[in-house]
Amino acid sequence: MADKILYGRSAGFFPTFERRPGPIKTNMHYCPGCGHGILHKLIAEAIQDFGIKDKTIIIAPVGCAVFSYYYFDCFGISVPHGRAPAVGTGLARANQENIVISYQGDGDLASIGFNQIIQAANRGENLAVFFVNNAIYGMTGGQMAPTTLPGQKTQTTPQGRSVSTEGYPLKVSETVAALDAPVYVERVALSTVQNIRKARLAIRKALTNSIERKGFSLVECLSGCPVNLKMHAKEMNEFLDNQMSRYFPLGVYKDIADSRDPLQRAEGIYDPRQVKELLYPVKVADGVSESFRNPSRIFEAERRIKLAGSGGQGVLSLGYMLATMGKLRNFNVSWLPSYGPEMRGGTANCSVVLSRHPIGSPLVERDCNLLIALNQSSLDKYLPELKRNGILLYDESNVRQPENTGEQILYTLPASDLATQLGDLKYANSVLLGAVAVMMCDLFLDDDDKADFDRVFEEAIMDCFREKETVVQANIRAFYIGKENARRISR
Amino acid sequence: MEYTNRMLLKGNEAVVYGALLAGCECFFGYPITPASEIAHTAARCFPKLGRTFLQAECEIAAINMVMGAAANGRRAMTASSGLGISLKQEGISYLSGSELPALVVDITRGGPGLGNIAPEQSDYFQVVKGGGHGSYKCIVLAPASAQEMCDLAFTAFDLAEKYRIVVYMMTDGVIGQTMETVTLPEPLPGRREIPEWALDVTRPRTNMISSIYLETDDLEALNIRLQEKYRRIEQNEQRSELYQAGDAEILLVGYGISGRLARTAVAELRKQGVKAGLLRPVTLFPFPADELRRLPAKQLIAVEMSNGQMIDDVKLAINCDRPVHLINRMGGNIPGVDEIVARTLKLTGMEVK
Repeated sequence: MADKILYGRSAGFFPTFERRPGPIKTNMHYCPGCGHGILHKLIAEAIQDFGIKDKTIIIAPVGCAVFSYYYFDCFGISVPHGRAPAVGTGLARANQENIVISYQGDGDLASIGFNQIIQAANRGENLAVFFVNNAIYGMTGGQMAPTTLPGQKTQTTPQGRSVSTEGYPLKVSETVAALDAPVYVERVALSTVQNIRKARLAIRKALTNSIERKGFSLVECLSGCPVNLKMHAKEMNEFLDNQMSRYFPLGVYKDIADSRDPLQRAEGIYDPRQVKELLYPVKVADGVSESFRNPSRIFEAERRIKLAGSGGQGVLSLGYMLATMGKLRNFNVSWLPSYGPEMRGGTANCSVVLSRHPIGSPLVERDCNLLIALNQSSLDKYLPELKRNGILLYDESNVRQPENTGEQILYTLPASDLATQLGDLKYANSVLLGAVAVMMCDLFLDDDDKADFDRVFEEAIMDCFREKETVVQANIRAFYIGKENARRISR
Repeated sequence: MEYTNRMLLKGNEAVVYGALLAGCECFFGYPITPASEIAHTAARCFPKLGRTFLQAECEIAAINMVMGAAANGRRAMTASSGLGISLKQEGISYLSGSELPALVVDITRGGPGLGNIAPEQSDYFQVVKGGGHGSYKCIVLAPASAQEMCDLAFTAFDLAEKYRIVVYMMTDGVIGQTMETVTLPEPLPGRREIPEWALDVTRPRTNMISSIYLETDDLEALNIRLQEKYRRIEQNEQRSELYQAGDAEILLVGYGISGRLARTAVAELRKQGVKAGLLRPVTLFPFPADELRRLPAKQLIAVEMSNGQMIDDVKLAINCDRPVHLINRMGGNIPGVDEIVARTLKLTGMEVK
């Protein structure tokens, strides 16, 4: 004769616990009287009743519930200690269909992982957090938890928790409820039948919020740990309902889910045509074909340029302009700025390399072909690195003409003064590029490339300031003023 | 409107473009110099494609968010530098034990401690040899240009999924900060399949991700399987770039910016009549030992911006059967090309007296 089962194991659990190692496949590993078994059952019933087993992911913490995946008939993942809310964030953000349960103990949630829970709560992640507060570390054998009561003896508070030494029990529900984002926070106790029925409703409410994408819900469950608290069942319930509840009052701390709209995350775009339209840059000028190469001999060898001045003079953007010009004429280019705190005040410098071949070092050091110096200290610092037959271009508004430069060729113009006359110091870049054009035309460029230099400058300006027509025009004007005023220093 | 696929990008920007074109769905990160442009670019570009960008509250949270998205079967990444990578080690160990694929970009800086933001290569041991707890390894790609940072994002995700492993893309502050011309690759033809093992609504709910094995025999079995996987990776995935190496008597070995500097140094040495060559490892795990062994060089030189960490793998690769020298700088100093040339000549006894 078959037994008639009136109230059996929820179908939210596996029928037998095959993942549990050892011979016992029907019982949980929890100690007698432990609250985890009760909470597991309430969750299992809820995910079964709500029909969400195929999209529920239960995050197992580090602690006694680390093996929760032995039991629940849904997705499971075990994660680092305290990090369940972060892993849960990843799961919830990756696919908003996911129902993510973060199941955490007091050490996990309120101690090592407190930043994660507070931050996830504050972001309003779509998580249902079930927080087991039993005032002690269970798995590791009875040490003090952040929620251990004052005076409570544990392995690490053998004289009882002293508030002057270990501080006060951490009130998680109160803290989380004080944040703006969470929609639902309730503290329940897994003690009497009446309290467990309240817990059952709280768990269902939190999961309903997740299903409706209302955001962050937390149910704190005061829970028994008879073995580590060294109590029998009756004492345990007395401890929960009288001592713990006095410090951690039961009740709803926040419930604003009805007033919140469901979270709506964007849908990813993967269609290659759309991806390209959204990610690839718009071509701003007709430019040249991919096979175009400027014929002048100067470009056969790698050209290494150093640009230096004080922060705010636009040294980096001047280098960027040169690199852009190189890019538009199919050179391999590199542009390396000084970075970090150095950028914020003081000196700024950058290295630009143009080459027809793969570029070795992007750092321009002692092999510099062209030095563009915008202030005196930069000139003093980098002139020794200019090649014997290198070219120096300096802003005579700020820099004295150097002496004893040997075979080096010098070009100059009052770039800053000219730019100021044009209305803004920031035009100094384009003025200087006009001077570069003069130098290149004087010394290196074939006739075709002479005209091309002006063209590629204009294309580069458009590339850098796309859609800002007035900026483009002002810079083009500055460039030609630079061309008119640049001069070679003759000796 | 007409589009172009040529851009000027910093290495730090290029890796984000590469990742997006390779179908990366989620980026979780925390700001740190000299890697911050990765987060900046991701913040700009991921939402543009409707994908997930989130600034995590800390490095630890960032790697664990990656774990969540990876468990869900999504291509996910994070990026940091040295000290941030130290904080991520626990998560990376969990990812490795759980055999979850992920991309971690590490733009190295000076250490130990707070060190500085200049480009050291002193985190080789940390990244290549495991770093966190347990007998695990990660595949380590070592790009040396913005183009490579873009292109290797595809390789990284493919390898991560093929082997269910964490893939690092490790390079230094110079490569991360240098802007270069990049030709953007074609995007994936569409959204990729969610893997069979994922915790995803489209997959069986018996799927489970865990790295806990209470029974010692079970944990040993996992470890044996992991080690076999690492051997397979060593056999199949070594990558390197050679320059003038075929007939080189002196072989320089360097990755990242050191590889770039060494390349220029080799060109200079050749001009001086010295038969020098370069092997630039593109994978650090697996180390390109087969190629290194095959080359006929009589002397080898590791060029590193650290106390000499990669040099151990060079010596192991050739069983110390030839002299292996070290040219290094520390503290974030970058050896000059002329310094590499001079020290090469001196170390190999070819210095003109």
